[in-house]
Amino acid sequence: MAEVTLIEGLRQAMDEELARDDRVFIVGEDVGPRGGVFRATQGLFEKYGAERVIDSPLAELSIIGVGIGAALYGMRPICEIQFADFIHPAFNQIVNEAAKMCYRSNGEWTVPMVIRAPYGGGIGGGLYHSQSVEAFFAHVPGLKVAIPSNPHDAKGLLKSAVRDPNPVMIFEPKKGYRLIRGELPEDEEVLVPFGEAAVTRPGRDLSVFAYGMMHHYCLQAAEMVAQEGIDVEVVDLRSLLPLDRKTVLDSVGKTGKALVVYEDNLTGGFGAEVAAIIADEAFEYLDGPVRRLAGPDVPAMPYSHPLQDWFLPDPEQIADAIRQLAGF
Amino acid sequence: MAVSQQEFAISKEMLSEMHWTMLLSRRLDERAWVLHRQGKIAFHISGIGHEAAQVGSIFALRRGQDWLLPYYRDLAMLIALGLTPREFMLGLMGKQGEPSSGARQMPSHWSLRRANVVSHSSPVATQTTHAAGIALGIKMRGDDTVVMTTVGEGSTSQGEWYEGVNWAAIHDLPVIFLVENNVYAISVRQDKQMAVDSVADKAAGLGLPGISVDGLDLHACFSAVSQAAERARAGQGPTLVEVRVHRMTPHSSDDDDRSYRTKDEMEAMKREDPLGRFQQGLIQEGLLEGDRLEELEAQAKEAVEDAVKYAEAADYPQVEEAGYPVYAEDVRSG
Repeated sequence: MAEVTLIEGLRQAMDEELARDDRVFIVGEDVGPRGGVFRATQGLFEKYGAERVIDSPLAELSIIGVGIGAALYGMRPICEIQFADFIHPAFNQIVNEAAKMCYRSNGEWTVPMVIRAPYGGGIGGGLYHSQSVEAFFAHVPGLKVAIPSNPHDAKGLLKSAVRDPNPVMIFEPKKGYRLIRGELPEDEEVLVPFGEAAVTRPGRDLSVFAYGMMHHYCLQAAEMVAQEGIDVEVVDLRSLLPLDRKTVLDSVGKTGKALVVYEDNLTGGFGAEVAAIIADEAFEYLDGPVRRLAGPDVPAMPYSHPLQDWFLPDPEQIADAIRQLAGF
Repeated sequence: MAVSQQEFAISKEMLSEMHWTMLLSRRLDERAWVLHRQGKIAFHISGIGHEAAQVGSIFALRRGQDWLLPYYRDLAMLIALGLTPREFMLGLMGKQGEPSSGARQMPSHWSLRRANVVSHSSPVATQTTHAAGIALGIKMRGDDTVVMTTVGEGSTSQGEWYEGVNWAAIHDLPVIFLVENNVYAISVRQDKQMAVDSVADKAAGLGLPGISVDGLDLHACFSAVSQAAERARAGQGPTLVEVRVHRMTPHSSDDDDRSYRTKDEMEAMKREDPLGRFQQGLIQEGLLEGDRLEELEAQAKEAVEDAVKYAEAADYPQVEEAGYPVYAEDVRSG
């Protein structure tokens, strides 16, 4: 086992999949000699060449549209959108084309492709380098959406995405790219299936559901309140579409209390769907309200440091929300 | 990039097949309008007036090997690629067995995997980047295949279209970007879509050859696309081909074009009907006798009647079919 960063897990996944299957290629802005603005594709251009690690024009919808076409022809594109905030020009291609191709052609055409994008704030990225966009896409049948919170899942989810016969979106917590480290086996295939959440900290008193960077903070918050005698169960959702309802409901069945934490705006964020499922299907187990802690309903995250901190939920706020809920 | 235009000869046998394709497409299209007025179908979108351009273009490709990403007016192209009259009628009526979408999409939203025709949606020009991506795959694999994708002139206002053409030009991809310019995007005329006189002029800014031909002249369309296909196969990259056609009908069965064009304009268009023009040429060259034309008309009528009866008798899809296939894992065979 070696300890690596989250972004190294992603890089290894792409390296291994490029080596395994010659249909796999990478396309995106600055993914070539630059190795990506975050260095996720570092060294891959040198190893696999300009034909398989393609610097696209600065036009996001074309990255997705060309990826869809290549997938229709039997290739396995990994499309990188440099920041999730820049994915909106490609929304039509993802939602109207990639997601609907299988259904609208009655299964004649399928789109096996991967869309990767760094998301989330906390790096001084301001309104357009900080957004959380997962709720838009987790709303759309035909897509799969996953968000890793550690190097192992980053590698395993991305490798599974490359092998999946559908369009799969991987949103990567950019603040955690180098901050979050973890163990990765060196001689073993790492694959994480979609639709399986992970109980990352078992507990009895209260369940906290999160993904990505917020999951990392939830573990820290759980540690803080443990000293006060509150035994928190933390569930990393990992896969938003499909969602592992069973693990969510089993956890609430055990603890009777649910807090959902997400970084996106509160209203209509993905955590609202998780809260609705719990309210709908686990009502008889609940000993308190289903609570959400999320970003505020302002258009996006501001740049200035104190304003950014005001937007982002942090471990202290999560611990406070846990204490309040535990009091019921 | 200037390319001098060459002429490509068409064999007698091919001319005969082209004529049949145009005639059958026209009679099917006309029947669709009648079915709509009878209240038997919910929607029709027409290709009447585009047939010479469509047939001339598609016959210039290796049908069944080359790929097509069409748009909704391309009935004659689909007939040329083997879509049967029965299949077209199943689509109009939303019946089970319709090959484009299993009756999920509106009529004339084509897909025919057996002929390398890729499914398209209703927002326009979205297939342009797909064509570039398919061509990228062709180039990566070294296949001897070309891709043609079609849109109307209004669709060339979309960023989607520019981005797809730009990609193909950068990477010298084997794509033919065919623009069927009928001057109208529903009601909006070309001069409110673009400041250039011809769509072909847009090619200069993107770095590929652009040519404009008379889309009522089947031979001219065949030659232009044949030359573009030769360039593509030789690794010389994409070509933008504008074919200037008439839309001899309203935009769709939901449109009334009397509010935005005159009777005189419509009458003038009818006098230039590309089907009549092609038939006159065949008659003058001694390739089509009056008796033979009557026989062909009777055959076309029979094929249309058979298709309508077949589709009327066909079942609707089972309601459960609306629930799948959302994911590739849900695809059911048969």
